[in-house]
Amino acid sequence: MDSFDNFWSIYSNLVLSLGVNALLALSIYLTLSCGMLAMANAAFMGIGAYTSSILTMNYGWPFSAALAAGMVAPVLVALVIGRPTLRLSGVYLAMATLAFGEVVRLTVLRAEGLTGGALGLNGIPQLTQWWHVLLSVVVVLFVLARLRRSRIGRAFEAIKEDETAAGLMGIDVNGHKMLAFALGGAIAGLAGVLNAHLTFFIGPQEFGFDRGVEILTMTILGGINSLFGPVIGAVIITLLPELLRSFKDYRAVANGLILVVIVLFMPKGLWNPAWLRRRVGLRGRKGVTP
Amino acid sequence: MLAQQLFNALSLGCVYALFALGFTLIFGVLGVVNLSQGAVFMLGAYAALTAVTRLGAPLWLAIGFAFAFSGLVGLLIDRIVLKPLRARDAPHLIPMIATIGLGLAMNSLVQGWFGAENQRFPSEVLPQDSLQLAGVSVTVLELGIILVSFALMTVLLLALKKTQLGRALRAIAESPKAARLLGINVDGLFMLTSFVAAGLGGVAGVLIGLYSNALFPLMGQPMLHKGIAVIILGGMGDIRGAMFAGLFLGFAEVLSVTYIGSDMRDAVAFGLLFLVLLVRPKGLFGSVQERKV
Repeated sequence: MDSFDNFWSIYSNLVLSLGVNALLALSIYLTLSCGMLAMANAAFMGIGAYTSSILTMNYGWPFSAALAAGMVAPVLVALVIGRPTLRLSGVYLAMATLAFGEVVRLTVLRAEGLTGGALGLNGIPQLTQWWHVLLSVVVVLFVLARLRRSRIGRAFEAIKEDETAAGLMGIDVNGHKMLAFALGGAIAGLAGVLNAHLTFFIGPQEFGFDRGVEILTMTILGGINSLFGPVIGAVIITLLPELLRSFKDYRAVANGLILVVIVLFMPKGLWNPAWLRRRVGLRGRKGVTP
Repeated sequence: MLAQQLFNALSLGCVYALFALGFTLIFGVLGVVNLSQGAVFMLGAYAALTAVTRLGAPLWLAIGFAFAFSGLVGLLIDRIVLKPLRARDAPHLIPMIATIGLGLAMNSLVQGWFGAENQRFPSEVLPQDSLQLAGVSVTVLELGIILVSFALMTVLLLALKKTQLGRALRAIAESPKAARLLGINVDGLFMLTSFVAAGLGGVAGVLIGLYSNALFPLMGQPMLHKGIAVIILGGMGDIRGAMFAGLFLGFAEVLSVTYIGSDMRDAVAFGLLFLVLLVRPKGLFGSVQERKV
């Protein structure tokens, strides 16, 4: 166990941020699986992180209550902004939600008394245990896997394929979009809460444009045909900078080029069961993988 | 005082318009949101700086060099990355991710090369004079920025409007397939568009570098974010819309600094965008037809 302790003391943060990133990737997967390119997840993560940190630091709330609040807060915001924004489509939706993210970031910057402004919040109690992260990932995966095969999941897929047709079949398109959006917000909020109580510090820069893009990248890279895709994408994006340490200053060059190569040569994302089956020659069960 | 501010706003707005023009051109013709345009913008600035400091080129030549260099980079991006994706008919998101990767690589390449700290144009190459125009003191530099931007925009608008080439480009924007059937050299025009659009981005980079006299590897990121806001405000792919929206953003930013406070400056673009999208989902000037099924 010694070697494990050794490993853990060095890499525990990395492993736990893997989990947090996996949650984020799954949160955007949810809206993507409903055919929406909504990129508010970084903002939702920030809302969750700030809500819970302020509650635990300033009001002494227990972690479980703060965690719940950190998930509810983004859902409430999602319900409010979802109504006007979700009628947009494609690139317009992406940009409106990114713009919303910037608005949130700047609000945080302005509300210095509560959020510490540009300096961020320091000294957040480290309440997140490793099993919190693991449990969250497992629970979210389980819920999403069940959801996929439920009536709601089928409705998401129908909307993704063709919104008009889905509406004509009697699916409540707006309701389902809102559900996906709000649920994604809750998962992103959860990731924010866990991350804030892990890293001890949060600042407004962490939840800006770049984070939003990174979350999307993880999910697209992994592929959105199954739940494993986003998780694998999260693992790659989190580990890549670590693996490329030897490139030193040019680390991000390699990182960026790898993204390009993957996109060019693996069009369906990294996790592509059909391709794997063809390659390995396994005759897998035909149908959807969870 | 107000006249002074308005003049500043005009020069800033011109650069925004120029950048947005290249950005929206790529979207309009190639149908791609090219997120590496911010990095191309930065490359243009560094190319001009190198031309000035290493080769001792005069400023106007350096601007030309920046246009050619960043245009070439844009061309390479199209040939190596965007073309295969186009051939595969990849969904919208895929070129976005690829260009994010490219932007990341270019940003950090420059950071490795030139260092992360701010670089400046040597003060002897910058025109230091200022003129008195109707009681407003106007620096020659700002005047130059405005002139260069307007000249480039006018040439582009005229070319698109009046020439055979422009007609062909507009046909491609409508439908690349139909354009090809009409005997238009679609691939060649894609290359030309990539070159010109990236070149415009590069020149915008030089102009901003001159305006603020600070070059740093990540200088393209805020520009990219604002550019996105601008082309949506103007209606995606709409050339004139992008120009107006760019100028408009320049004014909105400068006036907000004057009347609201400097820390809200960066909020202006996205605050505006968020509000406009809620009211007019197609952008302020948007009359663009969406490419449907």
